[in-house]
Amino acid sequence: MLFTSYGFILFLLVLFILYYAIPIKYQWVLLLIASFTFYSFSGWDNVAYITVTIIVTYIGATKIGQLHSQQEAFLKENRDKLSREEKKAYREQVKSKQKKYLIACLLLDLGILAVLKYTNFVISNINSVLRVFKAGEISFLDIALPMGISFYTFQAVGYLVDVYRGKYPPEKNLGKFALFVSFFPQLVQGPISRFDDLGRQLYGGHVFDAKNVSFGIQRILWGFFKKLVIADRILPAVRTITQNPDTYQGIYVLLGMVFYAVQLYADFTGGIDITIGIAEVLGIKVKENFERPFFSKSTAEYWRRWHITMGTWFRDYVFYPVSISGFMMKVSKFSREKLGEKIGKKVPVYLSTIIVWFATGIWHGASWNFIVWGLLNCLVIIVSQELEPFYAWFHSRFNVREKFLFKLFQVGRTFILMSAIRILDCYRNVPVTFRMYRSLLTKWNVNELFNGALLELGLEKTDYYVLIFGIIIMITVSLVQRSGSIREKLAARPYIVRYVAYVGLFISIIVFGAYGIGYDSNQFIYNQF
Amino acid sequence: MRTGKKIAKWVVSALVTIVLLGLLQNLLMPKYMTKILEGALISEYYREKNKEHDVIFIGDCEVYENFSPVTLWQEYGITSFIRGSAQQLIWHSYYLLEETLAYEKPKVVVFNVLSMKYDKPQKEAYNRMALDGMPLSLSKLKAIKASMMEDEQFITYLFPILRYHSRWSELSTEDFKYLFRKDNVTHNGYLMRVDVKPVTSIPQPKKLANYRFSDTCYEYLDKMTKLCKENGIELVLIKAPTLYPHWYDEWDQQIEEYARKNDLLYINFLKHVDEIGIDYQTDTYDAGLHLNLSGAEKLSRYFGKILQEQFDLPDRRNDEELSEVWEAKCERYNREMEEQYAELEEFGYLKAFSAGRDDN
Repeated sequence: MLFTSYGFILFLLVLFILYYAIPIKYQWVLLLIASFTFYSFSGWDNVAYITVTIIVTYIGATKIGQLHSQQEAFLKENRDKLSREEKKAYREQVKSKQKKYLIACLLLDLGILAVLKYTNFVISNINSVLRVFKAGEISFLDIALPMGISFYTFQAVGYLVDVYRGKYPPEKNLGKFALFVSFFPQLVQGPISRFDDLGRQLYGGHVFDAKNVSFGIQRILWGFFKKLVIADRILPAVRTITQNPDTYQGIYVLLGMVFYAVQLYADFTGGIDITIGIAEVLGIKVKENFERPFFSKSTAEYWRRWHITMGTWFRDYVFYPVSISGFMMKVSKFSREKLGEKIGKKVPVYLSTIIVWFATGIWHGASWNFIVWGLLNCLVIIVSQELEPFYAWFHSRFNVREKFLFKLFQVGRTFILMSAIRILDCYRNVPVTFRMYRSLLTKWNVNELFNGALLELGLEKTDYYVLIFGIIIMITVSLVQRSGSIREKLAARPYIVRYVAYVGLFISIIVFGAYGIGYDSNQFIYNQF
Repeated sequence: MRTGKKIAKWVVSALVTIVLLGLLQNLLMPKYMTKILEGALISEYYREKNKEHDVIFIGDCEVYENFSPVTLWQEYGITSFIRGSAQQLIWHSYYLLEETLAYEKPKVVVFNVLSMKYDKPQKEAYNRMALDGMPLSLSKLKAIKASMMEDEQFITYLFPILRYHSRWSELSTEDFKYLFRKDNVTHNGYLMRVDVKPVTSIPQPKKLANYRFSDTCYEYLDKMTKLCKENGIELVLIKAPTLYPHWYDEWDQQIEEYARKNDLLYINFLKHVDEIGIDYQTDTYDAGLHLNLSGAEKLSRYFGKILQEQFDLPDRRNDEELSEVWEAKCERYNREMEEQYAELEEFGYLKAFSAGRDDN
């Protein structure tokens, strides 16, 4: 069931009414039923996979939690009987048992994800090698990736690791835990929530609050606007350019990069707006996933503002554990000995960064495009970091001041750089993408932008007008948001202003949205991850 | 703010929004007043002030292009209306009939059986032409449910703005001109054409793997028969005398058999072409697919006699009130006929039916 389908809108209406009609202590049960109902529309086999993840994680976390409690009780009981060393040995013994449960559960949870998502990718790589030796081919598995598996698996893994770290005790109620993993608004494309943040809100119960409901609906509408008016309208041009690399080269590659940046931003943030809006109507605050990323002045800043919950997840559950792992300690010691203190201490940091970006890349998709995408991001971040002293010298030498125009240049530079890397999502493979990068630098065909060729990309003049209108509104909203919530600001305006704004938004979606017969119905891009 | 005031504000806002959306929907829906006139046929019935007809025709283009209610009136004093639409399928016809019976009880219902060959919806455009013109009713809801193609959505029939929203980029003066009113493009459902395109060759009929009409079609034909019987209406099955698409003997036999079993009159006009006097060199405007005015009038004269004799339909020309109404209809009919002949003389083709030719 797509967020933009009529069925989903009906589903929401029924849910919202029921949610506030039943006693609040049963609201979480309704949400659990709604979440599984929603997910069952994607197929019962998908329900089976998520159920396995929920049960495995629940049992693992419960066992780990029990060991924690037993340890606490044992140490309390024997506080005076045991020596410090004995206590330490006991703790290590418990930790070791907990680690076994943790590893077993991680293997199972991530194993399902790995098998479903990466088996065919591995087979295709093995086949490439086999073809070289003319040794036949392995058949691909006929498996479809369950909707949102990357998101709910990461959410479950985060919970498990937090329980292992003793951050909070495990949830005792299987149903409540199942709701945390399967909460439908964020099931398909995130944000990746933390249990200590979302859990309590899901189970607490919420009384009807007109402001929440009104703000939530406004946020949902804004998401629909971005998805239907902008993302889905620009989609044909992105497809035409990137699926016909022999025809569309040079300036079209740049155009494709910019168009895809607009499409992905409008699509992904639009989806997240809908998610956050639905949760808001239900009285639940879901973490923001974007903070106007296209206003970033550097790549590192961009990644702090784009897909925030994924970035922090990788930081907390991959970067930190890898950085302080025994192996990395050895690498650190070795590199400092061999390369000197200054360079040597950077080696483990950069190695951890590379691992994180490799994982981020392959999490986005089982293909070399995404791996290269991740590594290119990593390269840009490391190079930027290394060049910082040079930038500082350059700025002071040439008296570069951080004024508006310079900031604008930085924003533009980051936007183009990120767009160039991001276009790897779209082209058939890595060699084609690099061929297109080359053509961008070698083929000078700017004149084609003005000879009517733009109207052959699957967009008509009127589509461009709508896009310009939509993008101007999207940028204006972002600019206004810099000084606080636009909804709060609008709420302080006279009723007629609010009425015109929201009815105008609603009518714009109805009239200018790219939906229905004649338009390709398009899944949210992040559904597939 | 007091609760009462707040509620009033919300109610007014909701009403204004509904009115705005309604206006927008009216604006964006195709008007079908020029070029694709077929889209305007179904809604014309509801604007008809006097809905007391002796005969109601239901079916596809083989009814709305081939029978002239004005001729039936002029020759026999029979009042009739054609509830036809482009490629009207049998379930469209059935629900249109069901809905028509909520307005009036005709003596005779004439159904053209060509649509028995289709057991599935064919094209969204034809669904739209049959259904968009119907006002909201239970029959309409059932018709939508029966008609939808796989990629169609029920809600878009209830709120057509969801289907036609993208027409904002092709709005013309016609859309504004007909925002609140529509002109009649037919004469009691008959879409007049006076141009001529003689039959030169007819495509050879292909052999079919299965000639049996589907259960779905029989189911609707049964429902139609039952509905007419329950309402004391005579159902007449006809096959119009158009040469293409081909009407197979195997199909003809099935309808004959059905009519015999259900005690219905079935006339295959293809078997009476000479008696009717149809000349395929002068009586068709598209080489045998449809009849033109000359052909439609001949067929109506022939059929009117049968209707009058078999079903004892009264000659209503003596009814003064009715005569006045029909006189106006005849005047409009003659006026359009003259206009079409004049246009044909001047341009060599009829503008209203020649989409795109104006630009050449």
